[in-house]
Amino acid sequence: MTIDDTRALLTDLQSVLGPDGARAEPLELALYARDAGVARGRAAVVCFPRSGDDVANAVRVAARHDRPFVTRGSGTGLAGGATPVDEPVVIVTTRLNRVLEVDPDERLAWVEPGVLNLDLSREVAHLGLHYAPDPSSQAACTIGGNVATNAGGPHCLASGVTATHVLALDVVLADGSIAHLGGLEPDQPGFDLRGCFVGSEGTMGIATRIAVRLTPDPPVVRTLLLDFTSIEDAAATVSGIIAAGIVPAALEMMDAEITRAVEDYVGAGYPRDAAAVLLVEVDGLAGGVAHQVDAISRVGREHGARTVRVAADEAERALLWKGRKSAFGAIARIAPDYYLHDAVVPRTKLVDVLRQVYAIAAEQRLTMMNVFHAGDGNLHPLIVFDAREPGVWERVHRAGDEILAACVAAGGVLSGEHGIGLEKREAMPLIFSADDLDAQARLRDAFDPSGRANPQKILPRGSRCGELQRVPDGAWI
Amino acid sequence: MVAVTAINDVCEQVAAATTIAPVGARTHWEVGGPPPSGADVVHVTAPDGVVTYDPADLTVTVGAGTTCAELADILGAAGQECALDPRDPAATIGGVLATGLSGHRRLRLGPLRDRVLEVRFVSADGRVVKAGGPTVKNVSGFDLPRLLGGSLGTIGVIVQVTLRCQPRPITSEWFTTDADPFAARRSLYRPSCIAWDGSATHVLLEGVAADVDAERARLDAPAARSARPEWPGGPHRARISVRPSTLRALAPDLDAARVRWLAEVGVGTVHIAADDERALAQARAAATGVGGWMLREAGAPGLDGFGIAAPNALLAERVRAAFDPTGKCSPGRLPRP
Repeated sequence: MTIDDTRALLTDLQSVLGPDGARAEPLELALYARDAGVARGRAAVVCFPRSGDDVANAVRVAARHDRPFVTRGSGTGLAGGATPVDEPVVIVTTRLNRVLEVDPDERLAWVEPGVLNLDLSREVAHLGLHYAPDPSSQAACTIGGNVATNAGGPHCLASGVTATHVLALDVVLADGSIAHLGGLEPDQPGFDLRGCFVGSEGTMGIATRIAVRLTPDPPVVRTLLLDFTSIEDAAATVSGIIAAGIVPAALEMMDAEITRAVEDYVGAGYPRDAAAVLLVEVDGLAGGVAHQVDAISRVGREHGARTVRVAADEAERALLWKGRKSAFGAIARIAPDYYLHDAVVPRTKLVDVLRQVYAIAAEQRLTMMNVFHAGDGNLHPLIVFDAREPGVWERVHRAGDEILAACVAAGGVLSGEHGIGLEKREAMPLIFSADDLDAQARLRDAFDPSGRANPQKILPRGSRCGELQRVPDGAWI
Repeated sequence: MVAVTAINDVCEQVAAATTIAPVGARTHWEVGGPPPSGADVVHVTAPDGVVTYDPADLTVTVGAGTTCAELADILGAAGQECALDPRDPAATIGGVLATGLSGHRRLRLGPLRDRVLEVRFVSADGRVVKAGGPTVKNVSGFDLPRLLGGSLGTIGVIVQVTLRCQPRPITSEWFTTDADPFAARRSLYRPSCIAWDGSATHVLLEGVAADVDAERARLDAPAARSARPEWPGGPHRARISVRPSTLRALAPDLDAARVRWLAEVGVGTVHIAADDERALAQARAAATGVGGWMLREAGAPGLDGFGIAAPNALLAERVRAAFDPTGKCSPGRLPRP
């Protein structure tokens, strides 16, 4: 790609988006070189469309110049899904931030992709409704990004991940054509292309309008904090709750290290000497909630819970959640860098896998903390370190590989909510055969035969025949 | 137990055939476009039986030829269920998934597709492909299970499925009432079903007994415990899909069409039956009139299976052809471009 090529691309993009709508200054190129993950790339031009038409026009310019394009929301993704590879046009959706329509009767909203997750819930709160997926980054991440990664969050245990809340999408495909996927009727004829698009990490096109389901606020909510003197007891309690026929609204676990860090940071009232705490939320109608609170308390005590605390009021409940949601702020006080992992194991394997995860960290002489969605087996081992320490990255990466391998050996999968992106694409053969990956490539290529929509993401090299790919700088693969 | 050899048999059958049609219990055989006919059509059957089931994981893996009734028995013994809720429990899991028809508790539990975690299917060229993953949460790779749901056998032969289970509700009761179904939808917290036939409202409440009683008391008219309402039956059957807010406007047109109907309020599905095929055609016109459509479920041979063209026809055809370039898998069952 010559300088002249890029200059011509910029000129054409500015002609459709305005001088302010497409930029290639060093500042923008540096800002948009990576997401919240590790891998760093390089954009040719960064675009800031203000409408769906702008998006379509930018994609058409990219197509004319035979350039790839990468869509980006707030850049909170952790798997490198928004890392620009092959000097693409980066299309930033943050100016597409309008809630277009709220229908309280049908309980749905049409939003633009750049609407922040939490902003939507705030906007519909007066109607007694909320948007259920609640990733930890919900104050910063966009709904478009949530759609791309099929984002989860603590409350997805009972209410389901993003895919279960997306009804319809207007999408700009890689050739600049428009597709309307899904719909507001309960079923559509033919394939569920909406379902295929959600979680495709920007490799199938760009959503410019999204219809999401809104969820009625539960009449009663109770939040419990259980603390344990061993992490095994806490993990066994998780399995016990599920085995007792209860699927709480949320079921989160925090180990000793992170509990102390959080307590020192926000003073949420967590016991500083606990080996592990469980934060459990149940919601619904009064009778069912009371039944679940009783059962969870009983299961906890049977498994050695030292205390079972039920938040007395909304303020206490908010404080308990503040502790959980501040976990990543808290660790900044411990070490300057962290690597957050994401894998899922069958719930019955939690105790076994956690034991292995701690052993791996000990062997690599790394500080490890665990704060995760225990109820659905979604582990988030968090390695904290100081990147200035010589050789530490190698140990961090080795530990990450071993953790993934342990999860897969236990019957787990590579990612529960962060996605594959660049970070884990070379790990895909751990759980998928060549035939499985070939099928995924066929689906992806049917949406984008040109291969220009977010190239090199998700699928490992060699998923199709005759591939040659360049590895971006800093990519951990 | 599903034997590996059985899946391998499917692979050989599919690879050798020029046209295939996966067949389960034939309970959904006439849904959508007509199944392929002709001397060269090979009917392929999926293996049945449980592969793995650990109640503490709340997931179950079964051969796609397992019937929903068998699955209900197995899960029920552990106090669990998987809310597939087909109209006929003799339906196989593969058949229910391939047609993608959601059951009557969709209002509370969401559509069928949300219960599918992993699917193994045999591709048009006879290879076993695993799609999705066995855990309750998973974003590893492209969501092929959602492509297979409702694909009517055109992507491949579904041979094994991992499903999300749930604890069975402590109480599950139907009530019949004169209460306005739309007001009921607004006042009740997550009812499992509100079925309405234009005069009577049937509400399914599930949960602990105290909640069921309290919710019943919120209805704006007395509600009597009742059996599950009869779903409309007859030689010609269909389901209408419309925005839920249009149901009230649609109702008089359905009455005028002289079909028997039962609407799922809050969902937008209307179950239709008639003794005369022409009545079904008129019901379809009514659905189209409010921006919806009607899927043929059974009978009505003179009717198109869908009545509308495939949305995103070019894209849908690229997807289909990517998996089945020669068009051997259940040709004719998808909506026409």
